[in-house]
Amino acid sequence: MSPSRVDQIFVWLLRGLAALAGSVLVLIVMFLIIESIPALQHVGFARFFTDSSWHPAAKAAEGFYNLVPMLAGTLFAMAGSVLLATPLGILSALFCHYYAPPIIARQYRRVIELLAGIPSVVYGFWGLVVLVPLLRHIEPSGLSLLAGIIILTIMILPTVALMADAAMANVPQHYLQGAAALGLSRWAILRGVVFPASKAGLFTGVILATGRAIGETMAILMVCGNIVQTPKNLFEPIRTLTANIALEMAYALGDHRTALFFSGVLLMAMIIALVGLAEHLVKGKIYG
Amino acid sequence: MAEISTRAEPRAKPQSADGLATFAVWSAVFIVMAIFVWIIGDLIWHGIGNLSWSFLVESSKNAGRAGGIGPIIISTLLILGVCLGVALPLGVGTAMLLAEFTSAENFFSRLVRRSLDVLAGVPSIVFGLFGNAFFCIYLGMGFSILSGGLTLACMVLPILIRSTEEGFRSTPEAYRLGAAALGMTRIKTFLHLLLPAATPGLVVGLVLGIGRALAETAALIFTSGYVDRLPTSVFDSGRSLSVHIYDLSMNVSGGEPNAYATALVLVGLLLIINWTASWITERWLHRRLTTS
Repeated sequence: MSPSRVDQIFVWLLRGLAALAGSVLVLIVMFLIIESIPALQHVGFARFFTDSSWHPAAKAAEGFYNLVPMLAGTLFAMAGSVLLATPLGILSALFCHYYAPPIIARQYRRVIELLAGIPSVVYGFWGLVVLVPLLRHIEPSGLSLLAGIIILTIMILPTVALMADAAMANVPQHYLQGAAALGLSRWAILRGVVFPASKAGLFTGVILATGRAIGETMAILMVCGNIVQTPKNLFEPIRTLTANIALEMAYALGDHRTALFFSGVLLMAMIIALVGLAEHLVKGKIYG
Repeated sequence: MAEISTRAEPRAKPQSADGLATFAVWSAVFIVMAIFVWIIGDLIWHGIGNLSWSFLVESSKNAGRAGGIGPIIISTLLILGVCLGVALPLGVGTAMLLAEFTSAENFFSRLVRRSLDVLAGVPSIVFGLFGNAFFCIYLGMGFSILSGGLTLACMVLPILIRSTEEGFRSTPEAYRLGAAALGMTRIKTFLHLLLPAATPGLVVGLVLGIGRALAETAALIFTSGYVDRLPTSVFDSGRSLSVHIYDLSMNVSGGEPNAYATALVLVGLLLIINWTASWITERWLHRRLTTS
């Protein structure tokens, strides 16, 4: 065989591998949809939002399939944690770049990276044995939306902080020097120069963090109490879509099982929308 | 060009705004540090007492309340082995193609890249659903270490590929030109020049992938299962460290002390992995800066 022939085979082999890697997502989406088609046929799209409650059964006619309380649980937990984690994360990044001496900034960055590496089940465990008993002093049970929001905040904070950190590192030095030469105060420089220049990166970080908050399962399952209801206040237990799948997959049969796959499709749709949004924001806005 | 505000905004007390910002930054840092110390301190404080050599090698007794985590460590390593055995060739091949053999505008490579970007954001429980439906049921592997490892392989692919691709992209262009001038085939260039030069990137990707796989729980519950016995083969069900922590804290009353110790083992492992990754990156950067 001639060398060029070997090369061609090699490249085709690589193409095959890449095609395989690229098709994993297609496979996932395909299987989610195939598995949830029976749910759509037997239960119907509308009943997931209009049924009186979530009491699924293996036969569609015998059960109730209202996903709205879980959807609400997911959205409340997400909104709360993103609202808390965004300022904390961005302030952390500001600290690394404009407040801390370089040595402290490096150590602090390492702490953030470690926080990012702690498994969600460990966060959940800590929440269960430390945070929930603390909250119990305020309100009985302690397993609540609030506990979920706090744990999620800690978990997604590193994502916001690290993305903001990277975005701020890309702000050209001469912008800062120019602003400093104008005699602006530190806060005025941050507000007038750094934020506008790193806007795209900051938003991307928040969007990625939102995605993590929606997808988080174990930690939130362990601290939220898992009662299917639309919470009226922060101290009520909730169940998220993800926790619902994790809790019921073990024994779900028939239409119940397919209904869980349908909630997986809902999760997937949210994530794809968020990734699309992030790409839209970054496109052509990289500090050019 | 990013817009720079040139408006001269009159503010009542610029001094106090500056002070307020400084205060906010330091309080945020204080909160983050306090949480970090609290979590790690709590794990060490409650976990270290139960940690011993026998805890690491003994099998668990009484649903995990007593005994150790020996079989669980073995299961975890087996799951990890299956995961990397599949993800590594797939990831390196894909990264190679994306970095070396296609242009950034190529339709196929853009498609693959887009797909991997979305894959990186897929929630772990969705991987669990998929793994259960595809590997366990459709391919008939049942609840097994094989199913769990394959599910995790799908999960770590994006991290592995991104970091390996970085590694390939940072190899000097002169290597390729020199090899081409010598009439080397691309496969030889790849094996003898690019792969060794890109190894640090690959290792970092590998380490990050291991970290993600070790931390995973939700994707494993319905793929590799709950069994805490010593697995005899990869077709057996096996419980990972993370699933063990979950089970001890949620389903076993009185399992807390051993859950603490297991959590400490897991976090310790992840810390070592994390440090290895940053050590490699730093050394690698250092070498590249000093030799170029």
